[in-house]
Amino acid sequence: MARREAPEVNAGSMADIAFLLLIFFLVSTTIETDSGISRKLPPWQPEEQDPPVIKERNIFQVLVNSNNQLLVEGEDMEIEELRQAAVDFIDNGGGTGDEACDFCQGEGSSSSSVNPRKAIISLVNNRGTEYGTYIAVQNELVAAYNQLRDREAQRLFGTTFTEMEAKFNDSRTSEGAQETLKERIELIKDMIPQKLSEAEPQS
Amino acid sequence: MSKFKKKKSEGQPAISTASLPDIVFMLLFFFMVVTVMRQNTLMVQNKLPFANQVEKLDKKDLVMYIYAGKPSQRYQERFGSEARIQLNDKFAGVGEVQQFIFSERETKREELIPYLTTALKVDEETNMGLVSDIKQELRKAEALKINYTTKEGDALQNMQ
Repeated sequence: MARREAPEVNAGSMADIAFLLLIFFLVSTTIETDSGISRKLPPWQPEEQDPPVIKERNIFQVLVNSNNQLLVEGEDMEIEELRQAAVDFIDNGGGTGDEACDFCQGEGSSSSSVNPRKAIISLVNNRGTEYGTYIAVQNELVAAYNQLRDREAQRLFGTTFTEMEAKFNDSRTSEGAQETLKERIELIKDMIPQKLSEAEPQS
Repeated sequence: MSKFKKKKSEGQPAISTASLPDIVFMLLFFFMVVTVMRQNTLMVQNKLPFANQVEKLDKKDLVMYIYAGKPSQRYQERFGSEARIQLNDKFAGVGEVQQFIFSERETKREELIPYLTTALKVDEETNMGLVSDIKQELRKAEALKINYTTKEGDALQNMQ
């Protein structure tokens, strides 16, 4: 008796099944946004402590009120101008002697910061401020720091700070290269530290 | 009568759809690989603000998520329209944030605890009062590494 041939399975409905699965995954997919502004909170201190004495000229005061308006160093300001104002403040370099800044390109005004190492940006917001505005202000201030860090990295190492950080975090970079990158990043961070102080919001 | 009579060609032959499943499967695998199932069902409105000075959070298992915002439309009847915090799958008060951090820490290996980051996914219309309350609680719980999750874009859009 002749061997009966195995009947061929009809694969026509395979596409239907695949489509069904495809549509399910299409619908359930959410491309998660997992990037943002990283910050480090100061440790909790239960008892009140005397604040360290800081010269007024080294503080850059940013106030945000409940109508999302900015008051920078006692004057009204639009958010578009904040970045440049912060850059001017950090990069002022008005110090002399020990406090002198050898790389600053600012105008050296006597009412602004002496050195990027000493410059502190103080951000105070109201409880009624919108979160979106707060993030915009944070973003502009971080951008000001990044702009200066990029400039110095460009001058010293011929590449930008953000690029160095991206390369450092890239797992494909070899260990030796990572070592040198880390040193360079630390150097820049030491030259222009991010000193952003946030007071508790006032009602 | 010839057995091998040539069939008359009837116009154009039908396009073979045999490779259609292959294409669909290719797409299917792509979506299966990139899909991240949401861990939490969102119960709050969550329109994230924009920022462009962002850093990526790459170790997903080392991130704790705290959501905040107005309750979604279908929960507004029961919970009102005041902005609230969502931890895991339920609304929570400010006082429960510390407990949440501690219980999250317990599920992680001890040596990884210093690397834990808290991602704040806060709706852009929330008032800063709530956000600073969360931040105070995080400071008390010593969860100092935080990340304000944002969408990538021009930050000036937040002001409109």
